[in-house]
Amino acid sequence: MERMLKEEDQVLRFSRLNRGLHILMIISFISLSLTGMSLKFSYTSWAVILSHFFGGFEAAGSIHRFAAFVMICVFITHIGDLIRIKRKEAGTWKKLIFGKDSILFNKKDLEDFIGSLKWFLGKGERPEFGRWTYWEKFDYFAVFWGMFVIGSTGLTLWFPEFFTRFMPGWVLNVATIIHSDEALLATGFIFTIHFFNTHLRPEKFPMDIVIFTGRMPLEEFKIDRPQEYKELVEKGELENHLVEAYQPIVIRGIKVFGWTALSLGFFIIIWIIYAMIFSYR
Amino acid sequence: MLKKKNSKKLLRNLISRLVQGFHFYISIICGNFFSSIILLFLLFSFKTVAQDNSDCFGCHDDESLTGTRNGRTISVFVGEKKFTQFIHGQVPCIGCHVDLKDAEFPHEDDLKPATCNGCHQTEQEQHAKSLHGKALARGDNLAPTCKTCHGSHEILPADNPKSSVYPMKIPFLCGRCHQEGTKVQKQRTIHQDHIIENFSESIHGEGLLKKGLVVAPNCASCHTPHSILPHTDPASSIARKNIASTCTKCHVMIEEVHRKIIKGELWEKKSHILPACIDCHQPHKIRKVFYELGMANKDCMTCHQAESIKSSKDGHSLYVVINEYELSIHNKTACSQCHAEVNASSVRPCETIKQKVDCTSCHAEVGDEYKQSTHGMLAAKKDPNAPTCSECHGTHGTLGKKDPASPIFATNIPKLCASCHREGEQAAVRYKGQEHQIIESYTESIHGKGLMKSGLTVTATCTACHTAHRELPHTNEKSSVNAKNVAATCGTCHHGIQEKFEKSIHSSKISDSQNLPSCNDCHSAHKIKRADSEGFKLHIMDQCGRCHVEIAKTYFDTYHGKVSQLGYTKTAKCYDCHGAHDILSPSDPKSHLSRKNVLKTCQKCHEGATRKFAGYFTHATHHDPQKYPILFWTFWGMTGLLVGTFFIAGVHTLLWLPRSLKWRRELAKRIKDKENLVNKTDLSESKKENGKNA
Repeated sequence: MERMLKEEDQVLRFSRLNRGLHILMIISFISLSLTGMSLKFSYTSWAVILSHFFGGFEAAGSIHRFAAFVMICVFITHIGDLIRIKRKEAGTWKKLIFGKDSILFNKKDLEDFIGSLKWFLGKGERPEFGRWTYWEKFDYFAVFWGMFVIGSTGLTLWFPEFFTRFMPGWVLNVATIIHSDEALLATGFIFTIHFFNTHLRPEKFPMDIVIFTGRMPLEEFKIDRPQEYKELVEKGELENHLVEAYQPIVIRGIKVFGWTALSLGFFIIIWIIYAMIFSYR
Repeated sequence: MLKKKNSKKLLRNLISRLVQGFHFYISIICGNFFSSIILLFLLFSFKTVAQDNSDCFGCHDDESLTGTRNGRTISVFVGEKKFTQFIHGQVPCIGCHVDLKDAEFPHEDDLKPATCNGCHQTEQEQHAKSLHGKALARGDNLAPTCKTCHGSHEILPADNPKSSVYPMKIPFLCGRCHQEGTKVQKQRTIHQDHIIENFSESIHGEGLLKKGLVVAPNCASCHTPHSILPHTDPASSIARKNIASTCTKCHVMIEEVHRKIIKGELWEKKSHILPACIDCHQPHKIRKVFYELGMANKDCMTCHQAESIKSSKDGHSLYVVINEYELSIHNKTACSQCHAEVNASSVRPCETIKQKVDCTSCHAEVGDEYKQSTHGMLAAKKDPNAPTCSECHGTHGTLGKKDPASPIFATNIPKLCASCHREGEQAAVRYKGQEHQIIESYTESIHGKGLMKSGLTVTATCTACHTAHRELPHTNEKSSVNAKNVAATCGTCHHGIQEKFEKSIHSSKISDSQNLPSCNDCHSAHKIKRADSEGFKLHIMDQCGRCHVEIAKTYFDTYHGKVSQLGYTKTAKCYDCHGAHDILSPSDPKSHLSRKNVLKTCQKCHEGATRKFAGYFTHATHHDPQKYPILFWTFWGMTGLLVGTFFIAGVHTLLWLPRSLKWRRELAKRIKDKENLVNKTDLSESKKENGKNA
């Protein structure tokens, strides 16, 4: 990206809180998937090695539960943040949800999706994306859905004695299947589709660090989010969003973290594929 | 009571008669009271008048006379004519039936047993101290009284051939109780068996019964007629200490004859050092003579103490280390007792020896066991690899199994067996079975460690399971390690476990199934580990899974199975729920998983578990739509969601990829164009722009 960057100006896209939450999300998600998959694929030698690496299944279980706790906190903080934004900026829920920059799907997303497909097939120009693209919105809601599905089943399995006071015992078996398969979907989706959409697609390759820095070079912004740029310029609010770039050392640190997370994700994907193909049962 | 009443009556008559005559004097000397006392003494010094036998026969000569004893009606006929012909014919009836003395006739029923005490006091005392007498005193209903052997009214003298205690009849008399099948032999502890048979075959029995030599010893000659005592009693005629004097009652000069074997020393005096008669001549089997002509060890050692002495046949050394022999367990057994074919009259007495030493001449029972074992069967076929007695026990230096220096001492046994059964050795090479590295495995097993490292001599050694002399392959039904017998073999030490196991569904006593596991199927034969070791705990699931294939698979689909598969034992394994040795079908009310017990079983780990909690499918699989439809459809629903999501997102991504590559190239081109543009524009203009952006 830096080779594209000639000007120092950058556009702020993510708040400090959201960046922090995403980092916590990465850490907890990878911890959860490593410890969880070691149990799901316990019949592979990888799983045995991994489980011992974490200090045994009990330690791995503790890590899994702690990470789950962190993730629930991230979720609650995010909801709290939404409420704060509603009060301070949007005013009403209606504005927040159906406003222009809302994360909810709207008519433009459908147009953009169809436009994208046309563009993929060479039958049109690249759609002019706004604040959020449709795939980003999909990712967001996929996490939202996953939080409920995996979270609720996970709690059931965490406290089976409590939940079977009012639910039959076979609920635990069902919860196990849902928890494990939904987790497989989540890890699989994040480490392939999400990774491609944000990092690996050729124009961002090998990594887009905007989620860590929260800022994007203006030139890149113009091309990536032309509609948002246009709107900001029209409203004359662009300058409010401009910030200075981070020091190179900070960028390097961010990249080390990013690479670590990416590599772990790839490792998990390779392991899952290996387990599914060569030793699935 | 009767006696007391009679004497009181008599007393009163006497007193009244005497008092009338002597009243005056007595009253002067002593007064009335003292007079009565003195008269009492006087009374006892008088002989009371006995009833005449004719009084008794007045009634008892009647053949139809009956009485009752213990509620039963019995004949009480005693023929007068006949009675008088027997040895006690002149003895008054009340001499034996003492309780009838002075009784009013007809006397009451239920008499006390007749007593012989009046005349035969010595014999009576001997009998009372004897085994028989003590048993009688204990109330043993099988114990013999005088009458049992001698009869009652028709007793004949012992030298009358018709007497039941005539020498030639004694074996039959004793045999009434002391032979196979009798109550005494079955219900009481008698250490010898086939006593009468053996005796009648023995030289004594033959003399007595076949040759009619009344001087030949009968049972009573050795055991005495009345002082019969066990050989463990020092007062017994057959106690080790006394046996020599018992035998020498007849064999007076036996020490002279035995000179060459026992150096002519007196057995009676040195019975604690010298072998007792019965050491060579087994009781009741006295026919078995081990050597016709004796040889003293000293005679053998004149040649065999030379280190250079060799066999003329194959040149093997015939040197005998006398020290070894003297320290051995056989140091009281003479050379010629084992090397039995020596001929003392030859110049070289051993030249007549043709057979190898036969240990079974003494160790007959062990020999029988050995013959049935694989070792023995091979030896019978003259297999060069077959171990004989000496292979394990040594030759002249044989030591007892309790001697730590002995090769058959517990801690030395594995080494001893290993000399043939270690990989590469003669027995291991021939072996075609599944067990390999036996010695190494055993050494690392819990038994091996207990024995070799902790020095626990009670730990199972090779012979504890395979027996010492009856080793057979496990395929043989008689083998101690045959599947049928394994539980009992292990149970000799692990008795509590055996009891539990035999009540479980795996026991042939409960289940009809053909393929039942025995101890070794789960614990292995030679690699037995501590049951609380991690390795064993994890291994056991594979062991259960060997038979319960499908159910084991489903276990590994659950959380419990997955955790244990990761190599951890702190989760429910087969035996945590089903029990280890007391496994029963879950439908059995006694099972750990029965409706009544299942919750308690869950609560072992899940303290707060409820009845509903126990409804968890511990062997659930999502591959069975019939048994677990909910799980089946949940799984396929989730799989559908997964596949659908990945399909749509995957297609989207794949379509995107080529376009994105193009887009990247276009962007690169745009930047290049812009750079060129920037380079061409005026420097001041670019400065202005920069300022505006900042």
